[in-house]
Amino acid sequence: MAKRGQGLGKVLLASMLLTLTVALGGCSGDKQDGDSEKVSDTAAASHITIGIPQDLDSLVPSLSQGAGTQEILYNIYEGLYKPDSEGNLVPAVASDYTMSEDGLVYTFTLRDGIKFHNGNPVTAADVKYSIDTCAGLNGGEPVISAFSNIVGVETPDENTIVITLKESSSSFMAILSTVEAAIVPADAADLQTNPIGTGPYKFVSRSLQENVVLERFDGYWGEPAHIKDVTLKVLADSDSIVMNLEGGAVDLVARISTAQAAELGDDFEVLEGTMNLVQAVYLNNAVAPFDNENVRQALCYAVNRQEILDFVSEGKGTLVGSSMFPAFGKYYIEELNDLYTTDIEKAKALLTEAGYPDGFSFTMKVPSNYQQHVDTAQVVAEQLKQIGVTADIELIEWETWLNDVYQGRDFEATLVGVDASTLTAGAMLSRFRSDAHNNFINYNNQEYDAAYAEALAAESVMDDDRATEAYKKCETILAGTAANVYIQDMCELVAVRKGYTGYTFYPLYIQDFSKLDIQ
Amino acid sequence: MRYIGKKLAAMIITLLCISFLVYLAFDLIPGDAALAALGTDATSESLAALREQLGLDRPFLERYLEWLVHFLCGDFGTSYKYHLPVADMIVSKLPITVIMAVISFFIMVVISLPVGIYTAKHSGRRIDRFAMALNQVVMSVPHFFMGILITYLFGMLLKFFTPGGFVSYETDFWGFLSYIIFPCFAIALPKIAMSVKLLRSSCIEESKKDYVRTAYSKGNNTNKVLYRHVLRNAIIPVITLWGMTLADMLVGSIVIEQVFNIPGIGRILLTSISYRDYPVVEAVIVLIAFVVIVTNFVVDVIYQLVDPRISV
Repeated sequence: MAKRGQGLGKVLLASMLLTLTVALGGCSGDKQDGDSEKVSDTAAASHITIGIPQDLDSLVPSLSQGAGTQEILYNIYEGLYKPDSEGNLVPAVASDYTMSEDGLVYTFTLRDGIKFHNGNPVTAADVKYSIDTCAGLNGGEPVISAFSNIVGVETPDENTIVITLKESSSSFMAILSTVEAAIVPADAADLQTNPIGTGPYKFVSRSLQENVVLERFDGYWGEPAHIKDVTLKVLADSDSIVMNLEGGAVDLVARISTAQAAELGDDFEVLEGTMNLVQAVYLNNAVAPFDNENVRQALCYAVNRQEILDFVSEGKGTLVGSSMFPAFGKYYIEELNDLYTTDIEKAKALLTEAGYPDGFSFTMKVPSNYQQHVDTAQVVAEQLKQIGVTADIELIEWETWLNDVYQGRDFEATLVGVDASTLTAGAMLSRFRSDAHNNFINYNNQEYDAAYAEALAAESVMDDDRATEAYKKCETILAGTAANVYIQDMCELVAVRKGYTGYTFYPLYIQDFSKLDIQ
Repeated sequence: MRYIGKKLAAMIITLLCISFLVYLAFDLIPGDAALAALGTDATSESLAALREQLGLDRPFLERYLEWLVHFLCGDFGTSYKYHLPVADMIVSKLPITVIMAVISFFIMVVISLPVGIYTAKHSGRRIDRFAMALNQVVMSVPHFFMGILITYLFGMLLKFFTPGGFVSYETDFWGFLSYIIFPCFAIALPKIAMSVKLLRSSCIEESKKDYVRTAYSKGNNTNKVLYRHVLRNAIIPVITLWGMTLADMLVGSIVIEQVFNIPGIGRILLTSISYRDYPVVEAVIVLIAFVVIVTNFVVDVIYQLVDPRISV
């Protein structure tokens, strides 16, 4: 008995000493690691680590869903055409295309000598396979719903691809240029674990929820990327962004908040662009009191948008007055911003006229994962108190928002940002047609429906001027009837470690790594 | 043997209940995997098509039973979001979380034993009172806050490690260890405080008992009495605590993973919940429950080894 006790004591002592040694050893080893990292930082000059807020949902372009995934895949895959930083569509896998008079037949010429990351040449068969997959012509549902418009894809010779449509569509080229419609090898074994595209970067490895490693593709047809190795590091916790930047774990993070930007030290440059979305208090036009135009206008007059910007983002951001943001260029109407200048008296008068002299209260649902929307909602709620309107903010999970608000349309008001998947006016405006499936605010205006139909009619005969006029009319109607309380196109801040250059803002969700460089 | 049989039956029933509850919870909360995947691009047709493809359009019980049968046959399914086999996802991340829990446990045992014994031996003296005060402070700090403090002190100020600079055990094992030692301390510290307090009071309690006087009268000195007699009895409640702690640490590391930006099981679990990716959530939760239950069982067995009076 006594002997066993002694044995126990000795074992305990031995294990204690052992761990202490290991622990101490760990500490000193750690320090050395830190030093050697610093050395390698300067030696391996051609490398950048970029923080991304979530892991990629799919490495197969046609299966990718999130904007956060597609903006990264842009570097690995290319479509026949692709958007550039000006929002123009430029040739990529195709070198050229022609469209028939009636807008139904598109003929693409395959780029000479273009290769996949595995070294195989891109063939017309690969293109046909990729487009067929997206259009559901290989069996199954169309992956891109707009591609159900495709009747067939033909390859008359090795360098020519002919796509025939059911009806002409002005947005066809824009949709064809999205990363979902990228060209992939027809014979690829498993793109999910071994993605192969034609983009400036090729896939090296991936560790789920940790990182994705890319390497410059030296056989790229176009201007090669500057930086050789790109590591994308998943920073799931937005609170850790500043720490990761300051600590040296990442070099670049896009879409940081103004608060985070303020915390960054001298090692970083904060670039400013726009998010390219329309942030607004979206009102359910079908429920009382927001079915009353006067009430909606009253809210517009009560809200002071500049004050919101000052409070939430240190004045950064671009005011918008309708469902269109400045990056759209010719469709954007700046004058609409001044339609409702803050006027509390007028707001109160409108409320009285609508039968709410003492105001009312409503619930504003805000997705809790978007801090800037939450902050904005609080300022808006405070401003609305001035006209006796109480906005109860209800924070909900994003999935709940999708289910209840966006699909279920079970809400009074919600504060979110609505963006565009392609740079076509329809991407912003089609949802407000009274019968649109994604008309989540239940906007119902016959004049609007007519104007939108006119735009489509003009597009089908390729009359761009008339179409633009009609789209502008749509925007004006939205603003005039105060469909929503339009606020701003939010500023996008990008933190870049000094020494790295070339970060380029795109009018769409795109992170282009090939333009990045090291000074 | 009968005891083990009973335990096993209880374990299986518990796991079944847990998996059912998780399934039920997923059925009740708003949103599903199809909607989470399609987001704002969803149309009623595309939603219906994807739901059919994922089997979400079928009745709840049917889906659960099908999942259960597959799960029992070792087919954990495919992640809705990542289109990867669930088993692969878990297997690649499990070592991270398990190694963290094991190291934390080791740290806890190795520090709390000597400190507990030392303070018991010197109870009432100044060093003991200081240690107890410090203990109280450490105990009352939650581990995630401890994580933030450690990150700030050792990461930002002293630069012992790069916050967020996690490297996987697959690429650089020593780099991995030297990073996770800090989160492990964050997990272990509050537990150290608890077991020091328990061991100390348990030792003091035991040393007041009659057999201690007998041991002294046999001519043993203080150390002999302490290590040969008192400690063997005093350590039993502490082992109970450790047993519970081991399971707790596994769960605790899920929280700490977020603080230190470590892509382990916790990260997989959290992101999968928000994407309604229930094959992954089910597998992870059943796995965690399994580990907790098995740990408790092992603790029961260890009891018996330490103290033959307790019969298993």
